[in-house]
Amino acid sequence: MTKKNDITALDEVAGNGLLSRRLLLRGGVAMAGAASTLVATHGASAEPLKEPEWSRYQGTTVEAMGRRTKHEKDTARILTNPKGEPRTQHARTPHHLLNGQITPNHLHFTILHNGIPDIDPEQHKLVIHGMVKQPIVLSMDRLMRYPMVTRQTFIECGGNSAALFSNEPVQANLQSLHGLVSNAEWTGVPLSAVLDEVGIDPKAKWMLVEGADTAAITRSVPLKKALDDAILVLFQNGERLMAEQGYPVRLLLPGWEGNMNIKYVRRIKIVDQPALTYYEARNYSPLLPDAKAYRFFFVNEVKSFITHPSFGMKLNEPGYYEISGIAYSGAGRIERVQVTADGGRTWADAAVQGPTMHKAFTRFTIPWRWNGQPAVLSSRAVDDGGNIQPTRDEFVRERGVTQKPVTNPFGFPNQHYNSLTSWGINAKGEISHVYA
Amino acid sequence: MSMLEKISFAACITVALSTGAMADDKNGLGSKVGLGQPITEADIKPWDITILPDGTNLPAGSGTAALGAKLFSEKGCIACHGEGGTGGSNGAVITDIPLAGRGIEATKTIKNFWSNPTTVFDFIRRAMPWNAPRTLSDDEVYALTAFILEGNKLIPPGTVMDAKSLPQVKMPNKDGFIIKFPDRI
Ligand code: HEC
Repeated sequence: MTKKNDITALDEVAGNGLLSRRLLLRGGVAMAGAASTLVATHGASAEPLKEPEWSRYQGTTVEAMGRRTKHEKDTARILTNPKGEPRTQHARTPHHLLNGQITPNHLHFTILHNGIPDIDPEQHKLVIHGMVKQPIVLSMDRLMRYPMVTRQTFIECGGNSAALFSNEPVQANLQSLHGLVSNAEWTGVPLSAVLDEVGIDPKAKWMLVEGADTAAITRSVPLKKALDDAILVLFQNGERLMAEQGYPVRLLLPGWEGNMNIKYVRRIKIVDQPALTYYEARNYSPLLPDAKAYRFFFVNEVKSFITHPSFGMKLNEPGYYEISGIAYSGAGRIERVQVTADGGRTWADAAVQGPTMHKAFTRFTIPWRWNGQPAVLSSRAVDDGGNIQPTRDEFVRERGVTQKPVTNPFGFPNQHYNSLTSWGINAKGEISHVYA
Repeated sequence: MSMLEKISFAACITVALSTGAMADDKNGLGSKVGLGQPITEADIKPWDITILPDGTNLPAGSGTAALGAKLFSEKGCIACHGEGGTGGSNGAVITDIPLAGRGIEATKTIKNFWSNPTTVFDFIRRAMPWNAPRTLSDDEVYALTAFILEGNKLIPPGTVMDAKSLPQVKMPNKDGFIIKFPDRI
């Protein structure tokens, strides 16, 4: 590293080498030395260039379904139950290998309680009944004729990040810790447009939504949400829903607990009380330290984590890196993300990728010059409702931690963790999971 | 009349019902598309399986723990929930682990955590046995429910479970819950 190119002095905005997010806007890092005429280069001279083998012959033939290069075969989900034993199956998104804001369809996280049903769209029916003037049934053909809307939104399992309830930091990568959240562009019919024609009894307050999967998963959803921004989703990132995401039709409740976004929807019953079904009465009622439990923890609250660099990666040399991560809030739009490189002593504003969208992933970045000394990276997000991602101390005070360290990163000691994630970097550039 | 109403020519005649929802229409889509086909509650019945906490929708029929104990073996529940429902690869359904004193990761059981007896009936009928859900008769579900509730000492021995008695069963943790987002309901 040449001392001459050191931009730290001018642009460091927080401790341990965090640089101004405006650096990028001013025309790149090489320009950042203010009026400097120096050229920023790094290390020994490169090898002379030669024509590579793959440029000299005709490539392989194009196929009907595009295929990913074999060099990226490790960009895959982690499975918890690959043999389909009689229990829940989870597949976690590899956020540490992705970038941008959209999760590709084959890498979107999923959880199935009794496998993926093989539903014939020509025979699938959606019925709406209960406290209505006129119950109706819809074929998928008919549903496809309703006016549609498109929006981006994340879906997050209530149990995402559950390993961070451990009293000691679990040494596992980002995918293991935070892989049960993904973000896609969804297209479908606003539920309000369908409910509009059944004539809801004014005394009704809830709807029970049920899937055609083997487990017939069902959840109670307030009608307020149903009439606000709920969508009967038919398309995922432009193509019909993946089978594991609820083909042919899934309920989307933007920003709300994943399990409530019922897949394979076949029945919506309008009622005056919640049913307290298995998943809302048991799994997704998170226990508090005093043995009380929260019920109807609908919203996935404001949250962020750094994806690059993160656990398991290695910084091979000091110098320039971009810190990058994901922020989202089930209550609104991300307004601000701050990053620390010194374990929370000083914070700097990260650049937030616009236009930011309600209840959707927002990518944040901040330039960083690592000086080769130990550092602790973390991020915290704020949404447009003024909700601030809680510090670990604040969070643990309310929600508690386990009595013994969690050993299985895929276990669910509790639900709805939205506090900070910190990555500790040692002088060798190795990254571990720490609590700061 | 909006453009959308004009083009939704077919079934809207049968379901042209006013819900007053137009004012709430945040999506700017205009009102009723009217493509839903009318259907009667009687024709929906085979799918209408959800039980409400006040007992709404509980079917006719009844059962006791004695029959439930037999069914628990015969229907293969023991393969995953252990002999007598006290263990197995998918957890005990009859157990006496306390909730308090174990922190946030305490094991939630039917006895120490579930707030409503109706959830037991609803879940067994909808999802169990895991490998053949919705194959039990309503009498069988009542019997299995009685077996689990009696085994957990939540009902006196021999109590018949039916649409009247089941919603009356007192669950110890009924008041153990704090509504997290009351303003969203
Ligand atoms: C092949 C394995 C299997 C069989 C057989 C089986 N179950 Fe289950 N059972 C499960 C699984 C898995 C769960 C958890 C489901 C989930 O999380 O989605 C479960 C959950 C339950 C629960 C909820 C328990 C709790 O405390 O959360 C009850 C009650 C239950 N089963 C009853 C039965 C009954 C009654 C039968 C027999 C008619 C039966 N099960 C047969 C696998 C099985």
